Amino acid sequence: MLNGPPLNWVLWVIAVWMGIGFLGILALRRFGLVAKVLFPVGGITGLALVWASARALTSDTVETATLPVGLPQLQFHLRLDQLSSFFLLILGVAIVGISLFSAGYFRNGAGTAPGILCMEFHFFLASMALVLIADDAYAFMVAWESMALSSYFLVTANHKLPKIRAAGFLYLLIAHVGAIAVLLSFGILQANTGDYTFANMRLQQISPFWASVAFLLAVFGFGAKAGILPLHVWLPEAHPAAPSPVSALMSGVMIKMAIYGLLRVSFDLLHIQIWWWGVLLLALGLATALFGVIFATVQTDMKRLLAYSSIENVGLLFAAMGLGLLFRSYGMNELAALALTACLYHVGAHAFFKSLLFLTTGSVLHATGERNLGKLGGLIRFMPWVAWLALIGILASSGLPPFSGFVSEWLLLQSFLFTPGLPQSFLNMLIPVAAASIALTAALAGYAMVKFFGVVFLGQPREEKLSQAHDAGFLEKIGMLWLALSCLLLGLVPNFVLHFIDPVTQVLVGEGLARSGGANGWWLLTPTSLERASYSPIYFFVGVVITSALIFIVVRIFYHGRMRRSAPWGGGHTWQNARMQDTAEGYGQPIRQIFESFFDMERHLPKPEDNEPEYKVVVNDKFWKGVYLPIARATEYVSAQVGRLQQGRISIYLLYSFLTLLITLLLVPGVSR
Amino acid sequence: MNISQLLSQVFATLSALLLAPLLLGWINQSRAWLANRSGSGVLQPYRTLHKLFNKESVMADTASPLFRFVPYLIFGCMLLASAIIPTLSTDLPLARAADAIALVGLFAVARVFLALAAMDIGTAFGTLGARREMLVGFLAEPALLTVLFSSSLIASSTALKTIVNKVSQSEFTIYPSLVFAAMAFVLVFLAENARVPVDNPATHLELTMIHEALILEYSGRHLALLEWAASLKLFAYSTIGIALFLPWGITDNLDPQSILLAFILLILKLAALGVILALVETLSAKLRIFRVPEFLATAFLLGVIGMLTYILLGA
Repeated sequence: MLNGPPLNWVLWVIAVWMGIGFLGILALRRFGLVAKVLFPVGGITGLALVWASARALTSDTVETATLPVGLPQLQFHLRLDQLSSFFLLILGVAIVGISLFSAGYFRNGAGTAPGILCMEFHFFLASMALVLIADDAYAFMVAWESMALSSYFLVTANHKLPKIRAAGFLYLLIAHVGAIAVLLSFGILQANTGDYTFANMRLQQISPFWASVAFLLAVFGFGAKAGILPLHVWLPEAHPAAPSPVSALMSGVMIKMAIYGLLRVSFDLLHIQIWWWGVLLLALGLATALFGVIFATVQTDMKRLLAYSSIENVGLLFAAMGLGLLFRSYGMNELAALALTACLYHVGAHAFFKSLLFLTTGSVLHATGERNLGKLGGLIRFMPWVAWLALIGILASSGLPPFSGFVSEWLLLQSFLFTPGLPQSFLNMLIPVAAASIALTAALAGYAMVKFFGVVFLGQPREEKLSQAHDAGFLEKIGMLWLALSCLLLGLVPNFVLHFIDPVTQVLVGEGLARSGGANGWWLLTPTSLERASYSPIYFFVGVVITSALIFIVVRIFYHGRMRRSAPWGGGHTWQNARMQDTAEGYGQPIRQIFESFFDMERHLPKPEDNEPEYKVVVNDKFWKGVYLPIARATEYVSAQVGRLQQGRISIYLLYSFLTLLITLLLVPGVSR
Repeated sequence: MNISQLLSQVFATLSALLLAPLLLGWINQSRAWLANRSGSGVLQPYRTLHKLFNKESVMADTASPLFRFVPYLIFGCMLLASAIIPTLSTDLPLARAADAIALVGLFAVARVFLALAAMDIGTAFGTLGARREMLVGFLAEPALLTVLFSSSLIASSTALKTIVNKVSQSEFTIYPSLVFAAMAFVLVFLAENARVPVDNPATHLELTMIHEALILEYSGRHLALLEWAASLKLFAYSTIGIALFLPWGITDNLDPQSILLAFILLILKLAALGVILALVETLSAKLRIFRVPEFLATAFLLGVIGMLTYILLGA
């Protein structure tokens, strides 16, 4: 039973999730059943997915199947190859943590009934898994759309708030604009054969022009889902609006579906890769990363901060993918494998640490009812579990060794330093600038994360009620612990993880890092050669722990451990209070000053004569005024013009029908002849 | 790993540990002489450390466990960093544990924890210091990386030992890209080690202080560890500079004679570096905090120009 074909396992997992979803409807108001049984079962099912996809990854086989669902002649073609398996693995690991957390998280209360939430949640999971195994455009689009719809309903779980409804609408709109582009891209890829299976698309030798059009459409479509500039505006609205486990799923996992789609189209379905595609992705990615992180540092809402940080990470993923495409287009497959390994590693790293961080915000939200950074603080004393787990999350997210985010950033920088081998001197000039901006982004990410952790968990509580905050429940702790351990695993034993990435890059570009990466021992990561670069997270971790412990003992032996507690030093005053701490706004101030041109800022400063002085600064996204409002106005104008055609008289409409018929007949070649 | 490697590693690490306060004392003494003061002697940092270790530690009653373990952690990070940098020989076992990028990451870990510890108490000074430290950090870190990239491009490796071997073992050539990188490195060095013109290690002035604000709540042995860690950081940065730009004398074997020679050369280089640093500090005035981003942006751009020079000229 345990050795059955992995694809069957995946299908069973999907079936179980769908089943749980339907059971959710039956148990509409029975909250205990939903929380104590259905969600944990869904989470445990994720383990089956982990097992199946890990097995599929490490075996060389590619499985296919056809499901007779849908319309006649239009079945679901399914395929489980290494790329799908890798993303299924990430999905599985993340879901185990998130589902267990959700079991403890969802409360009976306002908004959608628990049974319905359970249904939407598990349909969302099932559709994501289906996206990954779909092998024809029809199945893919059905899964893609159910993913968008189920997540839309999850975002608007608390639909009584108008702000959340607006965020959901924006998400739905951009998701569908993106879906149209994806569909059009598939339309080009099938090259007029009428056969929409991916197997057929792989065979087509379309011209570079049409290949580029298909690629651009895919970038637009998948970019809209991932939140790439300038299609990112929905992300900081919708991700924070959802309940925290759903935010974790969307930011941690759903974004990766877009990365999967783009990898699938550009490396698998398209038979050629052109160098400027890589440059485009690289430029888009870097701009997005820098934009995202700069906005993350000035946020005052903890979930929005994390959402902007997701935009940053998507940018890094795109940049790594672009570099991979660039190398691939020049036939430098080893380097393409290095860049793609960085990309895939970051897919895993981001999935785990971002899910973990969103879950911790969920616990904070439950314990305090606050998302506003200005009203939090000092929670490490009241919620130690959540705080220490969040610490692991922020360290991984800041790209610090020996945690998971660092490995992928390190690999990415390594692949940048290989670029002088590129045959185009123009590109060679561009790359140092790109590497430097990656370094800047990584450093700024650290700033944003210190702000997040420091303001929420450290310092003194900024509100009275915070001292009543309670730590997370048992299942919530287990869920977060699982994700934190995944972060640690990814950070500490990169060579083990490379064994799961290697098969994917072997399939995509014909090269892999697993052999060279661990050639000098499992503890030492050497992506190309020992002389070139090496990094050993285990040495780091053990080294720091041992030296710290040693110092502690030595100080105790030779000196003493005397300590006295007293009030903090207040500069000579005794009335220091929590409001004197730096605020989230204060923390953003240097960034607002340095990167002023990035923001659309509204400042309200008090005048000397104000009796009730008020200081207010609102930071807006320039893309709203620059891109979206003009488009909205143009749409409004066009629809007003089109509205003129509608006279409301039957005879006019009949005339339209007649004209349409006439034009159609003229255009269809068979009839006019 | 054999016994001679282990012994050399221990020797290199211990010499870093013990020489670091001396380097700080030497810089302070040189500054005093340049300012026509008699100074407190090169051994003053050791005396300060001894005094602080003996004192009782006073801890704020709002401090969390994080606050207590951070000094040990930072000390561990800095010690590890100085053990990884090839100061005497490139054939040390720990040199493989991290390349230049990972080393920058190690410094970043220390910085992040120091900033978090400063925010832990929840006083105005601590949070102010944390914010400023992170500000300097996010500007200095990419600048340092660009410097390291310039060297990496020359050696086509990010491993410090390969860079050192490449520059010191081949015949003497002047790399134009390294000139830019060296200029950038000096600026980063001053900022990262809280020296004038970015920060002044000698004052507690709330308008300008960065490093002192961060460690304001620490006392006794915790403060001693942080002070020692700061001097280790200074030492580590100096030896990074030496490894990148003046690597002659660092051996690629474990022969006791050449290690001794490398040790003597290292002390001479550090002494010269200390005098130059003291001179720079004496001659420059403290910048306003809002000028610091410009200062570091210059370093960043110099680093990028260094990389571009390499790609244009191939040297």
